[in-house]
Amino acid sequence: MLEQQFVNALSLGCIYALFALGFTLVFGVLGIINLGHGAVFMVGAYAALMTVIHLNLPLWVAIIAAMIAAGLAGAAIDALVLKPLRKRGAPHLIPMIATIGTAIILNNGAQAVFGAGTLRFPFGTVPEEALQIAGVKVTALDLGIIVLSFAMMAALLLVMRRTQFGRALRAIAESPKAARLLGINVERLFFVTSLAAAALGGLAGVLISLNSNAIFPLMGQDILLKGIAVIILGGMGDIRGAMLGGLFLGFAEVLSVAYIGSDMRDAVAFGLLFLILLLRPQGLFGKVVQRKA
Amino acid sequence: MTAMLEVCGLTVNYGRIQAVRGIDFTLETGQISALVGANGAGKSTTLLALSGLLPKAGGQVRFEGEDITRLAPHQIVARGIVQVPEGRAILTTLTVLENLELGAYRHGLKAADDELDAVLHLFPPLKERLHGLAGNLSGGEQQMLAIGRALMAKPRLLLLDEPSMGLAPLVVQEIFRALRAINRGGLTLLLVEQNVCQALKLAQHGYVLENGLMALSGPGRELLGHPRMLEAYLGG
Repeated sequence: MLEQQFVNALSLGCIYALFALGFTLVFGVLGIINLGHGAVFMVGAYAALMTVIHLNLPLWVAIIAAMIAAGLAGAAIDALVLKPLRKRGAPHLIPMIATIGTAIILNNGAQAVFGAGTLRFPFGTVPEEALQIAGVKVTALDLGIIVLSFAMMAALLLVMRRTQFGRALRAIAESPKAARLLGINVERLFFVTSLAAAALGGLAGVLISLNSNAIFPLMGQDILLKGIAVIILGGMGDIRGAMLGGLFLGFAEVLSVAYIGSDMRDAVAFGLLFLILLLRPQGLFGKVVQRKA
Repeated sequence: MTAMLEVCGLTVNYGRIQAVRGIDFTLETGQISALVGANGAGKSTTLLALSGLLPKAGGQVRFEGEDITRLAPHQIVARGIVQVPEGRAILTTLTVLENLELGAYRHGLKAADDELDAVLHLFPPLKERLHGLAGNLSGGEQQMLAIGRALMAKPRLLLLDEPSMGLAPLVVQEIFRALRAINRGGLTLLLVEQNVCQALKLAQHGYVLENGLMALSGPGRELLGHPRMLEAYLGG
């Protein structure tokens, strides 16, 4: 039933979009592809699970805990890995490789602490009630995912467009040198961006682990590839593009499973993505702007 | 007159190359000073080092008595030293108004209403283009925006790197007229220029850099008549 698939696709697409929002924010501001973003996504999921299981706290607290834990992981990656590389003027490939290293460390750490197996949220963590709208079942989880994702994107767009903080981030994205001459503490905003982006990744981690009810150390690796695809499709560094790209991937996957077969899910989704990029190599919202010194 | 900025033994290196070699100079409060010299003499390097964008290999910089040698760029802007860099560094993907608003980053927008009015009064063409992208401005308008944006930061000392570069003579006149007006308002200016004649006519005091060394200094109009200047820069 097409309407039901639409809800499923919207929900999945929103999670991809949330993951990609953080990813694209780091690319836009710091100018690097952070391949550790999948690992902070995993940190968020485990933090939420521990909050629910060991502290017996409600899900909304677990979601905040996930964002804090992932945010701190992102901030630590910036302070311990990215900042020292920036100080040494490392070329762009170096931080990318370094973030692979941080992802491996976090993944191995999770495996050592929680084991390699799949963990699940206890039954009843998410309310089982569902709304029936015109014959379509919308669960509380679906609704939560969709509302949270759009709220996050709207908040992020508002901050970027309407606040001095957002303008400062856009200034850094175009020219870190110009931003420094304007009195912007560029290093501090790099740090804050890493923290906020990771918190968004952590939120996506909880939501996907609730959606699929599966938490495991390498859960961030699959979505990492999709996140890269989404931000390329949307236009590197563009918030609206990350959201639209995430939704596109969600719809492509769900509809291909429904109408073609689950074996072909990724092939169809990435095939479509490739076709779009052939027509618009800079992505949906991408502009051809060279970052200056 | 009191010294606003005292530079003593400033040395700046690019790797193994010494671009600025132990120069001394002083900027007096309320004056326009010009730092002139041929291409590669070390003028822009000096300005970048003063703003903290290049590390200083040696020497000391004091601003109103405070040692600012090791401060980061945002701390230097917070002290009131603001630079309009070579090439203007306009943020082309932001609107003209957003560029100006970012100039007030350190003080906050609420405190910058008067500055915005003053900038738009000084540069009327910007008023008509406020909501357009800065990347669509002409070269002259971009230079006006760069200066206007720096003024939004409420500077005490304005450093200008080649404000006349690439502009038509009429536009250059307009920019220099604005600089004179800004200075009459009490702001101290340090002007780096390859347009030696125009810069020294405007400046009360001039410094001439050659190969990273301070070759000459003196009142702007006197330097214009100096035999070495006539020979080297002013066509004999």
